[in-house]
Amino acid sequence: MKPPILSRETVHAVQLTLNGVKRSARAEPRLLLTDFLRGSLGATGTHVGCEHGVCGACTVHIDGVAARACLTLAVQCDGRRIDTVEGLADGDGRLSDLQDAFRRHHALQCGFCTAGILMSCVDWLGRISEPSEAEVRAMLSGHLCRCTGYTPIVAAVLEVAHARVAKKADRSA
Amino acid sequence: MVAAPTEALGYWLKPPRFDYARADDPQAAIELLAEHGEDARILAGGQSLIAILNMRLAQPKLLIDISRSSVLGIVAVEKNFLAIGAAATQSSIEARPRLAHEVPLLAQALPHISHLQIRNRGTVCGSLAHADPSAELPLVLLALEGHVVLASSARQRRLAASDFFTGMLTTARAPDELLAAVHYPLAEPGAGHAFAEFSLRHGDYAVCAVAVVARKSGLRIAVGGVADRPSARNFPPLDGSALDDALNEFAWSLDARDDPMVSAVARRALVRNLGRRAVQEAQHNARTA
Repeated sequence: MKPPILSRETVHAVQLTLNGVKRSARAEPRLLLTDFLRGSLGATGTHVGCEHGVCGACTVHIDGVAARACLTLAVQCDGRRIDTVEGLADGDGRLSDLQDAFRRHHALQCGFCTAGILMSCVDWLGRISEPSEAEVRAMLSGHLCRCTGYTPIVAAVLEVAHARVAKKADRSA
Repeated sequence: MVAAPTEALGYWLKPPRFDYARADDPQAAIELLAEHGEDARILAGGQSLIAILNMRLAQPKLLIDISRSSVLGIVAVEKNFLAIGAAATQSSIEARPRLAHEVPLLAQALPHISHLQIRNRGTVCGSLAHADPSAELPLVLLALEGHVVLASSARQRRLAASDFFTGMLTTARAPDELLAAVHYPLAEPGAGHAFAEFSLRHGDYAVCAVAVVARKSGLRIAVGGVADRPSARNFPPLDGSALDDALNEFAWSLDARDDPMVSAVARRALVRNLGRRAVQEAQHNARTA
């Protein structure tokens, strides 16, 4: 059976779950997920830098996996779960462990790259429990930060990884 | 919260206008290709295609999205190869627990491909279809003498890697064909493998990459990033100055490119040096295999 073709000339309904909340808006096929999030849904936590996948500022989670929103079409996300930096802190505004470590280590200055870096780290730390500094730096190579020189970011990520391992060991002991 | 109507965004959108169809059924994708041919492009991971669209370097009339096709996402060991479907992501292959035993060259090459966040969406077959001369996955396929599976409404054919890559961003795929799967040969007993790459920064395009298979019968050396497509040569067992001579001759036989960052001279030096290092590592791995 042939699938419907969404015409370039008009807009089409896109419904997705953004940080646990069902949201919908209309999008023409060429609308990028970045512009859909920021322009159509007003979720401006996700930043837009290079728009060709290099800088990492727009990294979000698509069905739980870190990916570039600028290399994804909004219509591709119909029915999917999208998580962005707005969903990291809990409902009372308490920062997540990673956000808190970034604040304490001064892992951000202007903050433009931070949302994307946080989303990458959340996905990655869920897969690798005890990363080395070299592994953290390899993961961060997918992000450009022009302020920090990366050192405080690496420190924050390593601290969170160690703290999570210690917490887990304490629970199971 | 700002609620701007989407329509008002139109004037500053980066990609050109195109129609979009989501084809979860491979047959539907093939039928759409038969109907639209060169006007259509397959959208799999989109990690090259959408970047190209954002720069308006391509203006397809229709995108056929296969990224959510579970059938095309199938990855399986079949006979003597690892079959990877068109929608399978690079991360999903990287995460295979036995990949280093199944296809050691893939396990060695995958971490060099761009970044984690790109590999999460980027597909193996998409990289092959895009055929960037510096890409790792075409190079590994050529080194291992693997095949691609091309499907159209009229026929399905298997094509060797050496016949598939025909030039810069160019392949033997016909406009009505879907690159449905790729077959990476499984490691043979006693063979050793090595992959070496030089890039200006981690995850960036390879300035030069070398993939080597060392067998008792001889060496197969494949080089990427230097010419308009990856190229491979077979050699008898070599070491010492005979190996250096062979690599030097290989380096000069490639049409090395000058670009603003790296000269052809430097690329030939990389073929010689990365080549020697990779051959020695592959020979070591063959001895300990």
